Amino acid sequence: MSNVANASTVTTVAAPKPQLVIDKVFKRFGDGPGAVVAVDQVSFDVRPGEFVAVIGPSGCGKSTLFNIIGGLLDDYSGDVLCEGDRVAGPHPAIGMVFQEESTFPWRNVLDNVAFPLELRGVGKAERLERAHHFIDLVGLGGFEKRMPSELSGGMRQRVSIARTLVSQPHILLMDEPFAALDEQTRLLLGDKITQIQQDLKQTTLLITHNLTEAVQLSDRIVVMTYRPGRVKRTVSIDLPRPRTSDVVSSAAFGKYVAEIWADLREEASRGMADAEGRTRGAAPRG
Amino acid sequence: MARAASPLMTRGLPIAVGAASVIGVFGLLEALLRLGVVNRYIVPLPSDVLLSLERIIVEENVLARMRETAYEVVMSGLFTILVGVPIGAALYRWRPLRRALEDWVAALAAAPLVLAFPLFLVMFGRSSTTVIVMSVITGLAPMILKTTEGFVATRPVLINVGKSLKMTDSQMFWKILFPSALPLIFTGIRLSWTFVLISVVGIEFLINLGGLGQLINDLAERYDLPGTYAAICFVILVSVVFFVALERLETWLQPSR
Ligand SMILES: Nc1ncnc2c1ncn2[C@@H]1O[C@H](COP(=O)(O)OP(=O)(O)O)[C@@H](O)[C@H]1O
Ligand SMILES: [Mg+2]
Repeated sequence: MSNVANASTVTTVAAPKPQLVIDKVFKRFGDGPGAVVAVDQVSFDVRPGEFVAVIGPSGCGKSTLFNIIGGLLDDYSGDVLCEGDRVAGPHPAIGMVFQEESTFPWRNVLDNVAFPLELRGVGKAERLERAHHFIDLVGLGGFEKRMPSELSGGMRQRVSIARTLVSQPHILLMDEPFAALDEQTRLLLGDKITQIQQDLKQTTLLITHNLTEAVQLSDRIVVMTYRPGRVKRTVSIDLPRPRTSDVVSSAAFGKYVAEIWADLREEASRGMADAEGRTRGAAPRG
Repeated sequence: MARAASPLMTRGLPIAVGAASVIGVFGLLEALLRLGVVNRYIVPLPSDVLLSLERIIVEENVLARMRETAYEVVMSGLFTILVGVPIGAALYRWRPLRRALEDWVAALAAAPLVLAFPLFLVMFGRSSTTVIVMSVITGLAPMILKTTEGFVATRPVLINVGKSLKMTDSQMFWKILFPSALPLIFTGIRLSWTFVLISVVGIEFLINLGGLGQLINDLAERYDLPGTYAAICFVILVSVVFFVALERLETWLQPSR
């Protein structure tokens, strides 16, 4: 962490300077006995061009962390440094893709993707050209005039991704973007993401609860604990690139999945026990 | 062959059954009247009513009356939108205002406003203005409530998209909140125009002024029973066409949502 403060004075660069630094971030909801510590002293960083995944069971504080990094929750302690600035409010270098479906149902694909450019007053011809480029990039060429309601869930999520990429954010931040999709679609979309990420050398932070997705896509995986959400371990994924979804059948892939699952299992079962306890508490008849 | 016929069956059958029931009910009424089971001095023969329809349309200046009613409906409807949508938006924007006023607006929707007509007669005289002002007030409640509901129903994730793009308040309003609320605003428009039509005809009847409502009043005062019922049927017919048109317009204005 201290190397960030010194970065400007150090001229001999060994590792590239991190683009995003998460330093002892802490967030509690509520006060008193009902308070929930959603994120507890989480620290890690993301270097330029790197693909990092944060994995953890449901309810461990991933979305909270996503909202903090994205600047939507600025009431936290610790520091999130994006290219050296402390994040308090949405940072222009960060582009967010949300877990829930977030296309505008009243705009067609083209106008959805061109939306951020329209806000910035980019001229019509240029904005349509750039929107077309990113629509092609996510593989939706030919669907420009379709409304979101005419598309599948996977296609709509790709529209959201294109709409975020069109601003050319330095850091792409995604919260479980494929959570609502079936496994096959997820694998294929993963290929698309890998390819885009490699083409654009896009620094990416993916929040997920899906183990295969994390291993398939990442350079590094940050494993979180359940309640309070802490960093349990960071795992480097040394699978060869370029990588496709075929990698899921390799022995090395299986080894990583098994290794991370060993860590995650304990957390996930704690989360499950918690959820069951809550259900029992809420429904005394059950 | 049976398969090819089925779309016709599924579309045609309900219409046919509907028409048959209407004809059946009136046929039965006609029979009961002719048999003397129901008193002819209270309920006219449906066949007489049907025959009077032409007389009403030709002799009673129905087209001019319709124009007058239509004018009042359109003016009231437009004012309802012009006043109701901004109030609905304001109630969304300022929560304390919403908490303070929402119940009153709902109460306004339930209140039998027509009873206040003498007050409006005093203020605006026996004129179109009275009809329009009262109808605007009648149509306002659903317009306001549906508009607020539309804004409230904006999905939080879309607002978060706006925040992440650092949109200004006015961009947020015009580019996210308003388009998101639009479907329910249209529903509000349909409901309030429906209220407005009922109100306009009702008040015309009540204060004996101008359009289709007055025609019913006139005929009733002349003890022209078949004529009165024929006029009522005519108003119902016009209303049905009006409601169907509004509904079509609503779906047409928001394709593929
Ligand atoms: N706005 C909030 N108010 C109170 N508690 C919250 C709020 N947001 C999240 N939480 C709680 O914080 C914990 C972490 O939630 P979240 O970050 O959504 O987890 P995840 O995305 O990993 O499923 C959960 O127990 C949740 O109930
Ligand atoms: Mg989440």
